Amino acid sequence: MGTVITPYLTLAAILFCIGLYGALTKKNGVIVLLSIELMLNAVNLNLIAFAKLGDHPALTGQIFSLFNITVAAAEAAVGIAILITLYRNKGTTDVNDMDSMKR
Amino acid sequence: MFSGIGNFLSSGTNWAFFVFALLAIGGAIFMISFTKVIHMVVAVAMTFISLAGLYVILNAEFVAFVQVLIYAGAISILMIFGIMMTKHRPGEEAEPKRPWHTGLAIVGALGLFGLLFYAIQQSTFTATGTLDASKDNTLEIGKLLYNEHVIPFEIMSVLLTVAFIGAIVIAKREEE
Repeated sequence: MGTVITPYLTLAAILFCIGLYGALTKKNGVIVLLSIELMLNAVNLNLIAFAKLGDHPALTGQIFSLFNITVAAAEAAVGIAILITLYRNKGTTDVNDMDSMKR
Repeated sequence: MFSGIGNFLSSGTNWAFFVFALLAIGGAIFMISFTKVIHMVVAVAMTFISLAGLYVILNAEFVAFVQVLIYAGAISILMIFGIMMTKHRPGEEAEPKRPWHTGLAIVGALGLFGLLFYAIQQSTFTATGTLDASKDNTLEIGKLLYNEHVIPFEIMSVLLTVAFIGAIVIAKREEE
């Protein structure tokens, strides 16, 4: 496992598909955000696996994954803020009811 | 066939990969199948921590600790705050009966996985070099961040500041 990249890519594909399924089917907004985080994590795993075992091993992959983590943190903060405002205005966190920011 | 398994089990790295991969997939599956929202967050926190373990195996120690700090620490707590700030009646978490929607999502996710799996199996990677694992990982990342990638780094800090100020402004209680 120290020399082959295939298991890491397969694991990342499994995690990405589980996250995709959760983002498509869950009805609670918080869980949809968590599923998106899971998909971003799968991408990070791919980046770091390629940084060590890809065609051109370099630290750039790890740096890009750091940027990715930063954007994910910003996305989670804004998502939770929007969710709390929606809950305050409409009294629900169901993503099926989210079609307007007005109350 | 069984000699391959014996070969696989003889390496400690393989064991570590196996355990962490199992924990990561298990956490993700539990996240999908649990019914209480708090349990889902804890399950996905387990996935984040085992991914940090995989990063250590891949010689990315700094990213592993950032992963534990940001994901297992900050984002999980943020999600728990989001759950606490919103009300969840018992039974609300129960999935609605939407067989077509769920079935189509399963087919889509499995189809995407099949496609990805086929592509991964078909491709071969021949490394032209190796990552020098003897150097200090954090030191090297710091050098690269502040020399080669300094402009993206600064833009990223501006983005993070703007996003957090925006989040505070959005979530602030409006005075009537």
